[in-house]
Amino acid sequence: MSGFLAAAIVAATPLLFATLGEVIAEKSGSLNLGVEGMMLMGAVIGFTVAYGTGNPAAAMIAAFAAGGAGAFIFAIVTVSLQANQVVTGLTLTIFGSGFSSFVGDRMIGQSVPASVLKFFAPIDIPLIGDIPFVGSVLSGHDAFVYLGYVMVIVLSIYLYRTRAGLNMRAVGENTAAADASGVNITLYKYAHIIFGGGLCGLGGAYLSLVTVPIWQADVVTGRGWIAVALVIFASWNPIKAFFGAFLFGALSILGLRLQSMGIHISQYLVDLFPYAATIVIVIIGTHKNRKEDLPPGNLSEPYSRENR
Amino acid sequence: MRKIFPIVLFVIALTVSLAACGSDKDKGDGAAGEKSAEPLTIGFIYIGTVNDGGYTQAQDAGTKAVESHFGDRVKALRLESIDDTNKQAAMDAAKQMIDQGAKVIVGTSFGFGEALNEMANSGDYDDITFLHFSGSYINDTNLGNYFGAMEEPRYLSGIIAGMQTESNKLGYVAAYPYTEVQIGINAFALGAQSVNPDAEVKVVYINSWYDPAKEKEAAEALLSQGCDVITQHADTTGPQLAAAAADKYAIGYNLDNSAVEGLEDAFLTAPIWNHEIFLIPTIQAILDGTWEPESYYGTMADGYIDLAPLTKNVSAEATAKVEEVMTKIKAGEFPIFVGPIKDNAGNVKVPEGQTLDRSGIWKTDYLVEGVTAGE
Repeated sequence: MSGFLAAAIVAATPLLFATLGEVIAEKSGSLNLGVEGMMLMGAVIGFTVAYGTGNPAAAMIAAFAAGGAGAFIFAIVTVSLQANQVVTGLTLTIFGSGFSSFVGDRMIGQSVPASVLKFFAPIDIPLIGDIPFVGSVLSGHDAFVYLGYVMVIVLSIYLYRTRAGLNMRAVGENTAAADASGVNITLYKYAHIIFGGGLCGLGGAYLSLVTVPIWQADVVTGRGWIAVALVIFASWNPIKAFFGAFLFGALSILGLRLQSMGIHISQYLVDLFPYAATIVIVIIGTHKNRKEDLPPGNLSEPYSRENR
Repeated sequence: MRKIFPIVLFVIALTVSLAACGSDKDKGDGAAGEKSAEPLTIGFIYIGTVNDGGYTQAQDAGTKAVESHFGDRVKALRLESIDDTNKQAAMDAAKQMIDQGAKVIVGTSFGFGEALNEMANSGDYDDITFLHFSGSYINDTNLGNYFGAMEEPRYLSGIIAGMQTESNKLGYVAAYPYTEVQIGINAFALGAQSVNPDAEVKVVYINSWYDPAKEKEAAEALLSQGCDVITQHADTTGPQLAAAAADKYAIGYNLDNSAVEGLEDAFLTAPIWNHEIFLIPTIQAILDGTWEPESYYGTMADGYIDLAPLTKNVSAEATAKVEEVMTKIKAGEFPIFVGPIKDNAGNVKVPEGQTLDRSGIWKTDYLVEGVTAGE
């Protein structure tokens, strides 16, 4: 059982980072569908730096910067140039996929250096690891996973307990009102789109540095899209995103585990669950009509003061 | 101003996607020319990227061998990452390359078959030769297919697994439950049981051909059930990494990964393809004008399929046994599927005294005794 929970955490971590990144972008009013592309950019740049320098911290910073750079393109096109966010996001996904294949071409089959593997080896937390059930979720993971946990807490505080978080949510809910109250709309949008992209990049880097530490093209394989669904599933809330990512991660390996025990289950059915669950959550959310479960009011609408 | 940018962007996106899909206009035989002067243009449709570290990379190794063998007498075009569940995408890819002068279209995935079959028989492309990998479509004039007796190296890899295992549990990470995959699983299981009657094969289907992380997770699930040799019918090194991390053994697929860092102590061997063994003589026949549609089924004797060199991790005993059986297989004295064969529900599928030939093998829709699968 603890083996299953530990494996579920490994499957959940890339989803968690990408979901948190997209929550940040969407909360500030930008629907960035380029998650898959930004994850791939983070995956390939993180791997390149890890491979070249053997320095895990540098690899993570580079992965964050790569995801952020992808998001920066998105920000220029959608915030400054006011282009359609959906089209731009999809384009970013295609760009990121090509970018990662191009940059990664010469590294196919190369391994992450031992120094990096060692850094990302599981670390046991004393005492907490002995608690049943919760212990194997909280303890015995790699540094990357713990960073994800910290991120959940930090972002929750930021969103709901700080002035900047309030302003950022105002930008997403009602851009014109936020503008009128003196919030720097362009700055807020840029900052959160880029930061969100950086988190997506880290999610991709988890796959290429920890999950499968040998470079292979397209290591993300659709997880970016699951993250987009997860944002809705989590109703734009970092804490719910944590539970959602854990649930989706657990489900993604549950079918495999049951099969290995010889229990008959269709992998097709298991694979469609995240999407079906998201639809159910959307329907429930829409019916309950609770303000905090709804998407940000001005999500995906370009804002220009002159065109109000 | 704000209304213009989305439109501009849309137009750019449209142009790019149209360029990628190719257009039907300007169809004609502009590039036909004189046979001697113009190189023969061959269009390859790939399901993945040429550097995917597996299936498509192996296909492209064959293409590269064709290029270096024929030099400037042929010109190879490649379209990568074509969706093989979308007939229109495959047809667009083929048409685009025909527009660029391709006289031969090679579809290197099962799903491209319908598109090639329809085009070959439409009457519009009678001057084009179509070759399809892993399907059964064929006609009398311009459509042939090719594949290999992968059951031979799979059986041999099963012998190794059966002799290396201590737990008698072998893990098999498989893509989808369909004939080609089932044949591989059965051959592997029969090979293992031939040297170790207690060997049991556990199969996990992942519902994908290519997903490094999911393949690794599937292998971890199998390892948690006590499997100590992991093999795969999926395209990445994921399962091998999982086996290496658990200090167990791995048998790959498509590529010899013995030199990959971190796999040195885990990798045993891998069933592999040598596509040039089919492609070079076939292209030569097309160049000579002597080609006729055939349904090629390459064997280990041809060298079309093979087993990657056994590594130091394979015991001397197992190496000797594999060499003994391989010699018989290559001599054509060792059919893989010999009755009695029961399925895993106990029904007799091949009665005593019978041997499955190629068409019999490709009617497989069951898993043999000793195999457990979750689907």
